[in-house]
Amino acid sequence: MDVTIVPPIKPDDSPQAYPDTEKANLPVFTMNYPRIQIPFEITLWVLLASFAKIGFHVYHKITIWVPESCLLISIGLIVGGIMHSVHEEPPAALSSNVFFLYMLPPIVLDSGYFMPTRPFFENIGTVLWFAVVGTLWNSIGIGMSLFAICQIEAFGVQDINLQENLLFATIISAVDPVAVLSVFEDVSVNEQLYIVVFGECLFNDAVTVVLYNMFNFVAEMPVVEPVDVFLGVARFFVVGLGGMGFGILFGFVAAFTTRFTSKVREIEPLFIFMYSYLAYLVAELFAISSIMAIVTCALTMKYYVEENVSQRSCTTIRHVVKMLGSISETLIFFFLGVVTVTTEHEWNWGYILFTLLFAFVWRGLGVLVLTQIINPFRTIPFNLKDQFGLAYGGLRGAISFALAFTLPENITRSIRPLIELINVRRTNRNLDTINVEIHCRLMEHTIAGIEDLCGQWSHFYWKDKFMKFNNRILRRILIRDSRAESSIVALYKKLELQNAMEILDQVSGDISAAPSIVSLYEEKKTSAKPKKKFMAADLRNMHDILSKNMYKIRQRTVAYTRKNALPNDSQTREILIRRHASIRRSLRPGSFQTAAVPRSHKYFSLPAGKSLDSKFPPQRLSYTGKPLKPPHLSLSRFKVRNTLFHTVFNIAYSVIKHFEFKVNLLAFSTAFDHISLPFSMSGTCSGVYLHIVPDLH
Amino acid sequence: MGSSSSSMDHIPNAEELMQETGFSAAHLLRLYERFEFLDKDQTGELRPEDFGAIGGLALNPIGDRIISAFFSPGQETVDFPSFVRVLAHFRPNGTNRTRNGTQQEPVNSRTRKLKFAFQLYDQDRDGKISRAELLQVLRAMLGIQVTEEQLQSIAERAIQEADLDRDDAISFDEFKKVQQVSPHPQTPTKETPLHPTEGGR
Repeated sequence: MDVTIVPPIKPDDSPQAYPDTEKANLPVFTMNYPRIQIPFEITLWVLLASFAKIGFHVYHKITIWVPESCLLISIGLIVGGIMHSVHEEPPAALSSNVFFLYMLPPIVLDSGYFMPTRPFFENIGTVLWFAVVGTLWNSIGIGMSLFAICQIEAFGVQDINLQENLLFATIISAVDPVAVLSVFEDVSVNEQLYIVVFGECLFNDAVTVVLYNMFNFVAEMPVVEPVDVFLGVARFFVVGLGGMGFGILFGFVAAFTTRFTSKVREIEPLFIFMYSYLAYLVAELFAISSIMAIVTCALTMKYYVEENVSQRSCTTIRHVVKMLGSISETLIFFFLGVVTVTTEHEWNWGYILFTLLFAFVWRGLGVLVLTQIINPFRTIPFNLKDQFGLAYGGLRGAISFALAFTLPENITRSIRPLIELINVRRTNRNLDTINVEIHCRLMEHTIAGIEDLCGQWSHFYWKDKFMKFNNRILRRILIRDSRAESSIVALYKKLELQNAMEILDQVSGDISAAPSIVSLYEEKKTSAKPKKKFMAADLRNMHDILSKNMYKIRQRTVAYTRKNALPNDSQTREILIRRHASIRRSLRPGSFQTAAVPRSHKYFSLPAGKSLDSKFPPQRLSYTGKPLKPPHLSLSRFKVRNTLFHTVFNIAYSVIKHFEFKVNLLAFSTAFDHISLPFSMSGTCSGVYLHIVPDLH
Repeated sequence: MGSSSSSMDHIPNAEELMQETGFSAAHLLRLYERFEFLDKDQTGELRPEDFGAIGGLALNPIGDRIISAFFSPGQETVDFPSFVRVLAHFRPNGTNRTRNGTQQEPVNSRTRKLKFAFQLYDQDRDGKISRAELLQVLRAMLGIQVTEEQLQSIAERAIQEADLDRDDAISFDEFKKVQQVSPHPQTPTKETPLHPTEGGR
């Protein structure tokens, strides 16, 4: 729609406002759509998906019964239906390349960055056990059974041979509890269960890639020799450990880089993203597990980087990671809906039903057997209910996958009532206090000591060793100001800071209270890192600094908080503790249950003898005395929703991508790219489709 | 594990100990072997010096407290039954064998574990963690990282968080209550096993 005529020497992208040499009048209004088409459409799609997301929360109750992902898919379906009816093509942008290179990394980074490390490492044995052995068990079991079924002529699927069945089973057996985990989180099932399921997804990547490769390779050979099996195992280690190795390498480099960025604070967040993306791409280059690479990179990086960068950068990083993950997730679900309608599928009811059945059976059996074997090694054994949760959670991916092509019928209840019904052990959302922190440290030392005494080592010993190594060597190299700070001191500083801010907030102009806080800060900050020293002469100055740098920002982010919001631990804890502690403080003489408005407002952390002049208005505490029910925020720590796309996405996609898989399962057409996307996506969105299908469980 | 049956005879009151503490025969044997290993001069009892010879424990910030936890007040030596009883605190919670007719709660119940932990703080065994005792613990763990004033402030805060009856010390009940909210894996409320089979896990 180029209206003006451009002088021939200029390239196309030049602005077109040149007066032409013809006789035509100067065009006042021109339009050039093709030039902006691609960015424009991308932006529109993103906006559309985000609007849908906003829309869901207008009516709260929806999100209780139906997870958001499900709703997004439905909207996508609608849009897809519209597009289909006007014979529009779905956006060609949705190729596997785009997906793997652009959409998947943010989601994985999101989950890796906010992964709770300590529970993860404590359970790593169990996680690996379920991931590796469990996946093997599931894929081989399901594959074999399906193959057996295929032999029966009644179902008309003899054309699928053993290899294809095994491949299919490999994909299916991926654990993908997207909606499950988010509901797990909601209902706060115990941490152990959560972590194991979460970790299992992560490691699935490495396992299924290798399995897939192995099956593929093996099928082409006339004879399977032991050396090939051995090579398969070796390949697994290369893929898995290689992924981790790259991740750790890039993580350390990133940490090292941030050591020198004190003068260029504005671009600090950039390094996080660039390095993790780089880790991902390099892993893709070598065809090793890129997901593990990026997750390990994020894990390693986080600890050191958050000590090196400024407070603002830290907040920015968290926020952007969250945002990117959210966008990707939204887009993926949305497109899933669109593409499903606009491409052709064929399914075979018998095959699908049997897949379902076997998925159930093998998963259930697998969990039972595996837990029996691993329970003796666990500190906290899985009871039967936990096992049920494990099995059920892992099922959803498989089921939803197989049901990928059924159209939405009823939206059934989610897993939540079920969990509540069987009363799976819940976690205690703990509030952090200094006492707890002190005690934790003490117990760590104690247990390490007892272990030394008894001459046996468990993970406490290794953790202790690692912490020593960390303090002595790693921190010196990677952190700018590497004074080792105990978590007790860190927590204490944080708690004090928030109490101070709280008081300042109340004071807001009441100068008389100022000097004590100021001097308190001086005293506390003298031994802290010099770069964070406040110019504390002027209260207003300090108030400004506090409010701008920390308080307000955090408050703003808290405002829209919900399950998906920024899972900033410290933020959560801050608010909770502040309220909790201040309530306790004020209500101390009485019991915790009184709703009386507290009257004493001493700032208790002052050194003995000092106290603030309490000119605080009596309505200081608007909240009542009841112990707070922690908001959903506190759990966002364990939020894993975003992570779990990768499982099937990754599985189907990476295998496809790596090995140019064009399987004729279920008579897919050659446009595999387009089909496999919903194929894999729907598999990934476990609970989503499960909710769509009429009551199967 | 070798000729277990003959070695078991060396252990005095093995059956009783097993009943009381819930350790299995294999565990008990393992602990006995360790006990003998630590008991360098073969007196059948351990002295503080024997504990001090353990390398890792000597470097532990609260090593001395752990050691003194084994010695009942007034005693100079630790015999095998006391050794085992103390270690029984660390057994996992859920694996109690059925016992016939014991009135006391099992050694590794939650309360007993907490009591054990409490005694790590409360060295003078007066039933309360005073400010001075808390300061000692903090100083041991935090060492040179913090100034004295910060230590004071932290201790102050800890006491105020926990101290409900305002006597400037933390009693066992207050301690229990404050630990109630957090079943962190490290506290003895979650089980810490001492399975002999678990080396290196």
